[in-house]
Amino acid sequence: MGKIDETKSGKISIRNVTKVYDPDGANVMALDDFSLEIDSGDFIAVVGPSGCGKSTLLNILAGFDTLTEGQIVLDGKNLASIETIPKPGNDRVVVFQQGALFPWKTVMENITYGLIKSGSTDLDEIEARAREFLKRSGNLEEIANVYPAQLSSGMQRRVEIIRAIINDPKLLLLDEPFRAMDTVNKAKMHQHLLKTYQENKKTILFITHDLEEALFLADRVIVMTTRPGKMKLDIQVDIPRPRDQTILASDAYLELRKKTVFAVREEAQKAFERGEREMA
Amino acid sequence: MIRNQYITTSLGIFGFVVLWFFSVEYLPVKAFNRLPDPVEVIFEWFSTDPYYGISIFVPDYYVHIFYSTYRALVSFLLAVLVGVPLGIFMGWRPKFHDYAYALIGLLRPVPPLAWVPIAILIFPGVEPAVIFVTFLVAFFATTMNTLVGVKAIPEDYFRAAACLGAKPSDILKDVIIPGAMPSIFTGLQIAMGAAWFSLVAGEMIAAQYGLGFIIWEAYNLIQYPTIVIGMITLGLAGYISSVLVRLLGQRLMSWRVSKLGLED
Repeated sequence: MGKIDETKSGKISIRNVTKVYDPDGANVMALDDFSLEIDSGDFIAVVGPSGCGKSTLLNILAGFDTLTEGQIVLDGKNLASIETIPKPGNDRVVVFQQGALFPWKTVMENITYGLIKSGSTDLDEIEARAREFLKRSGNLEEIANVYPAQLSSGMQRRVEIIRAIINDPKLLLLDEPFRAMDTVNKAKMHQHLLKTYQENKKTILFITHDLEEALFLADRVIVMTTRPGKMKLDIQVDIPRPRDQTILASDAYLELRKKTVFAVREEAQKAFERGEREMA
Repeated sequence: MIRNQYITTSLGIFGFVVLWFFSVEYLPVKAFNRLPDPVEVIFEWFSTDPYYGISIFVPDYYVHIFYSTYRALVSFLLAVLVGVPLGIFMGWRPKFHDYAYALIGLLRPVPPLAWVPIAILIFPGVEPAVIFVTFLVAFFATTMNTLVGVKAIPEDYFRAAACLGAKPSDILKDVIIPGAMPSIFTGLQIAMGAAWFSLVAGEMIAAQYGLGFIIWEAYNLIQYPTIVIGMITLGLAGYISSVLVRLLGQRLMSWRVSKLGLED
């Protein structure tokens, strides 16, 4: 388990969460009585086919969406319930699937945005901090005054992760951030994310449809059923950190993969068949 | 092969002038033979003593240009001042959008000329009436493009800003306005063009000065080369103003740069 410091915050309790879209119309159940306890500093990956409700879960955690039943508690405080109006905040920052750096702000302006909005006024201090993060992310200081359009997609992702982490959030929400990348860049980003996690030990919820990626990165992998989203498997990944590519050929990794791959395939197949039925 | 844009562009214009010359001089069509050929127009335009009274050496020529430019500019600026905030507000507040959209949707297709009688009735004198008609067209183009621009901003930018602690006023300043900027400037370029064409229509009907007035008066007085001089001048004015808007847009949106080839 990635738990290192008992006093650290970022403990999440997802209790019997149900989400129904359009309750009086089509009645699509995205999440069905979903519960999950996440320890502070844990790296959790949620795997499932598209339409399994994993993005719904992320949206509810981020405060973008409401829930229909249940409750989510973050560090003992209510985060989402039927009565709460959803509200995003910089204690739960999202890194988006398509990338959401503001194209009209420089790398530096993007990274410092959250700190400035939360009331930091010492611009020199903030920028020094941002530079430190850029430096630790593979000597990226020289891109501080560049606009995102000038960066490669890998660099953009790294900057977006910095923009999230610099706010010291309790929870980092990653919504399939490497989905559109080729294999080489994806592998680089995995190494980078592992390093970042090692250095910051934030609670991470990583959404993906890629089981290999999930097992490689996370302490715990949740496999979800296709709609309505329920927990199908809850797997502890007892592979020691720091991790690198060599674990991909280790017995422990292959054993875990063997245990899970069919469960994931089965749900993907079900999702595919449902898609065909809905098309017909 | 190296493509030189200036050469091809010049060749295109030259080809058109040649075609114009031959269709006026040699095409066996009566209606064409009445028209001035390019040589006649250019001689008149650059003459120190123009036969029909309008050339680059005549102060009156610049008075007409000044009036038209002044009207186009005032109308355009009014359209920007009203249209951009309105478009942004409609995109920002769905309820306000519902109030205003049908009204704008119904008024927009009304051709500018149809407004002229009402405009003359509402406003004291010709000047504000012409400006009003010109303003209307530019205003619709500006408002609609601004609205489209706000609506086209990806949801993730709003969410990212909210995650990072932005208040609604921050969202307006940091997401909506910069995010809609490319489309706003597309709208401004269209508005600038639209301002010129409705301006000329207005000037033809109700004005004593301006390029539209020159063209109409030259037609009535059978001064055909002057018609073409007025048309060419309008073309140039429209083109230059559109380029200026585009350059301003590029300056304000330096973030729209393509990749410099930075790789990791």
